[in-house]
Amino acid sequence: MTIEPRNDAFVAFEHVQKSYDGVTLVVKDLNLSIGKGEFLTMLGPSGSGKTTCLMMLAGFETATHGEIKLDGVNINQVPPHKRGIGMVFQNYALFPHMTVGENLAFPLEVRGMGKSEREAKIKRALDMVQMGAFANRRPAQLSGGQQQRIALARALVFDPKLVLMDEPLGALDKQLREHMQFEIKHLHENLGITVVYVTHDQGEALTMSDRVAVFNDGRIQQLAPPADLYERPDNSFVAQFIGENNKLPGTIEELDGDKALVRLGTGELIDATAVNVKQKGDKTLVSIRPERVEFKPEMMPPGAHTIEAEVVEMIYMGDILRAVLKVAGSDDFVMKMRNTLGQTKLSPGQKIKVGWHPQDARALDP
Amino acid sequence: MADAAEPLLTTADGRPLRAALTAAQSRAKRRAFLLVLPLLLFVLLTFLVPIIYMLMRSAEHDGFAASAPALVEWFGANPGFDPANPPEAAYAALVQDLARMQVEKTTGMAGTRINYSVPGTISLFKKGAREAADLTPPYKEALLAVDADWGKPALWRGMLSASDVYTPEFYLVASDMKLTDDGWARGQDNERIYLYLFGKTFLISALITVICLLLAFPVAHLLATLPMSKSALLMILVLLPFWTSLLVRTTAWIVLLQEQGVVNNLLVSVGLIDDDGRLSMMYNMTGTIVAMTHVLLPFMILPLYSVMRVIPPSYARAARSLGATSWTTFRRVYLPQTLPGIAAGSLLVFILAVGYYITPALVGGADGQLISNLISFHMTKSNWSLAAAIAAMLLAAILLLYWVYDRLIGIDRLKFG
Repeated sequence: MTIEPRNDAFVAFEHVQKSYDGVTLVVKDLNLSIGKGEFLTMLGPSGSGKTTCLMMLAGFETATHGEIKLDGVNINQVPPHKRGIGMVFQNYALFPHMTVGENLAFPLEVRGMGKSEREAKIKRALDMVQMGAFANRRPAQLSGGQQQRIALARALVFDPKLVLMDEPLGALDKQLREHMQFEIKHLHENLGITVVYVTHDQGEALTMSDRVAVFNDGRIQQLAPPADLYERPDNSFVAQFIGENNKLPGTIEELDGDKALVRLGTGELIDATAVNVKQKGDKTLVSIRPERVEFKPEMMPPGAHTIEAEVVEMIYMGDILRAVLKVAGSDDFVMKMRNTLGQTKLSPGQKIKVGWHPQDARALDP
Repeated sequence: MADAAEPLLTTADGRPLRAALTAAQSRAKRRAFLLVLPLLLFVLLTFLVPIIYMLMRSAEHDGFAASAPALVEWFGANPGFDPANPPEAAYAALVQDLARMQVEKTTGMAGTRINYSVPGTISLFKKGAREAADLTPPYKEALLAVDADWGKPALWRGMLSASDVYTPEFYLVASDMKLTDDGWARGQDNERIYLYLFGKTFLISALITVICLLLAFPVAHLLATLPMSKSALLMILVLLPFWTSLLVRTTAWIVLLQEQGVVNNLLVSVGLIDDDGRLSMMYNMTGTIVAMTHVLLPFMILPLYSVMRVIPPSYARAARSLGATSWTTFRRVYLPQTLPGIAAGSLLVFILAVGYYITPALVGGADGQLISNLISFHMTKSNWSLAAAIAAMLLAAILLLYWVYDRLIGIDRLKFG
C-alpha cells in the first residue's frame, strides 16, 4: 500500500531497500513522499524498519538500494552533518559535559555563527520551549521533561527545514507525554517545519500526525490520516495494531460491490464491507471496533444481521463500560458503551443480540 | 520552619529517634566490621606497619649513637665546638669509645653509619679501634698519628650529626647534598645522581604514559564499539599479558629486541640495515620504554574502555546531525566524555611506571635504570635508611601528584573499571 512519489515532495524515498546482513531485507521497497510542512509519523512494532528508515534519512545508515531525496536532491551520498536535518533522540543525547546553553550553541558554533547572533538564537529557542531560565544548568540537573524540551530546542535552534524525532517521548511518564505531544504539535504548526516522527505508541501517532505510515515487516502497511487509519484500516495488521479491535474469522458468502455477507465459522451470517477480499468463498477476517458494536435494535440499520451473544464480564472503567462477550465461539469479543445516565445495565450471563452498521465491519485479509 | 524550632523526633515509646536508629543499626554495623576485620589486620600487619617502619628508618639510625656513648655525651655538653679544630677532651672521648667498640665489636656498625655521609670511614674506624686500647694522652696527637684523617672537619661534622638518633642526613644525601669540611653542600655535577634519576624516572614515566594513551585509545574505542563476540576476543588479547608471567613477557622482549634478536635479524635479512649496523634496542633506555609500555598498556586500556563503553553512540550521532564534522564530533563531544578514563588510566600508568623495578632491572642495562633500581641497589648494600629516604621522597612526589589530580579533576570522577 504505497503511494507514488510526487515530484514536488520535500522528502522522498524511492524504491529504498535496506539490508544489514545481505540475507534479509529490513526495509523492503519503500516508497514514501512527505510534503513540505507535513507531520508524518512512522508507526510500527519494534523491528518493523521504521527506525532504520529514519536513520537512513538522517544519514547514519546507508540505503542498500534506491534513492532518498531531500528537496528534490539525492542525499544518499551526503554525510549527516551536511544534511541540515534536526534530530531529537530517544534518550535526548544532550552532551553531559556542556551546559544547556553550550548544547544549544554547538550547532551554531560548528556553522561558524558569530557570538551575538548565536545568543539571540539560543534565547529564542529556549523561550520557545519555556526554558529560558535554564541556560546555565547541566543536563543532569534537569528532569526528564526539561531535558526533552532542551533536546527539542537544540534540534530547532539552527532552523532546520526538516526535523526527525526518534521516539522522543518514550522515557516520559504518561501525563508529561501527553502534554509534550501538544507542545510538539504546536511548535510544528507555528514554525511550519516538516517533521518525521517515529513511535510505537499509536495514541501518540493519532494525536499528532497529519499522516501516519504504519510499518510492519519492512513495508508500509497503510499510509493515511489518523481518522482513516482508525476507521478504515486496509488490512488486518493495521486494524489489529491501531486501537482495540474485534476479529471474527469467516468465509465470504455473497459479494456485491463492496457489500459482503460473511458466514462465520459457527454458521452465523453477518454484514461487512469488503476491503481486500476478491471473490465469494474467500477466507476473511472481519474487523469491528468495540465502540461500534450495538446491542439495542433501534441503533442498528434496518435489516441488519444480528448474532447471539452472552455477557461474560462487565468492566467498569469510569467514562465507559466494557462488556466482554461470548460471540461465535470466541469469548473475548469486546463491546464498549458510554456510561450515560440511562445506559442499560448488563450483567454476566445475560443473553443479548449484537449487530453493527455494515461499513463498521471490514472484511480484511485472513 | 527553622530547624532549631523543630521538636526532637521520638519513637512511639518516647526514645529519641536518632538513638533508636543507632541501636537498630549497631548490630549490622558490628557484623560488617567483623567481616572486614581479617583483611584489615592483614593489611595493617603486612602493608602499613612495614611502610611506617621504613619511613622511620629513613630518618632514624642509632648505629653510631648507641656505640659511642662518651662522644655523644661530650657533643651534648659542647654544642658549639669547632669541627675544624676539636679539643683534646673530644679526642679523649672518641678514643674511649673506639676502645669500647673494639671490645663490643660495634666498630663496623658505627663506621658504616658515618660512612653514609663521609665515604671511606669504615676502614678508618676499624684501624682506630684496633689501636685505641694502646693509645696514651694526649689523645689528639696519638690518634692523628694513627691516621691524619681523624682530624678532618667533615668527619667531625658527620660524627656530630650521627650522635643524634634522628637525622635528616639520608634525605640530604638523597637530594644530592654532600657533607664537606664546611658542612652540607651541593655535590659536584657528576656526583648528582639522585635528583637526576628522579627527573629521568618522571620523564620516562610521562613518556610511557603518553605512548600508552596513544596506543590504548583506539583499542579501547574499538573494544567499546565492536559487537560483543568480536570485542570479547579482543578483550582476551588485551588481558593475555595479565595472565602471563612478567618475567616471560620481559624475556620475550629480550628475544625480540636484542642485537642477535628477531627484529634485528629480520631487518638484516631484508637488507634495511647492515650486519654491523644492528640496532641496540635492548639493555638501554629503548628496551626499558618498549617493555614497560607493553606491560602497562592494559592499565590504560581498561579504564578507558570502562568509560567509553557507557558513552551512548547517540551522542556522536547527535553531534553529526547538528552539523559537526567527524573530527569536531571527536574533539568536542567524544574526547571530553572520555576524560575521566584518560585521567584514571594516565594516573595509574604513571604511578606504576614511576615505581617500576623489575623490567628496567632486566632490560634496562646501564642506561635504562630508574629510581626504584637505585632503591633496590641501596637495600642490597644494606643502606636501608638511604633506600627508605629515596622511597619516601618518591611516595611524597606521588601523593603530591595525586593531590594535584584531585584538585584538577576530582578523585571521585576516577573510573578504573
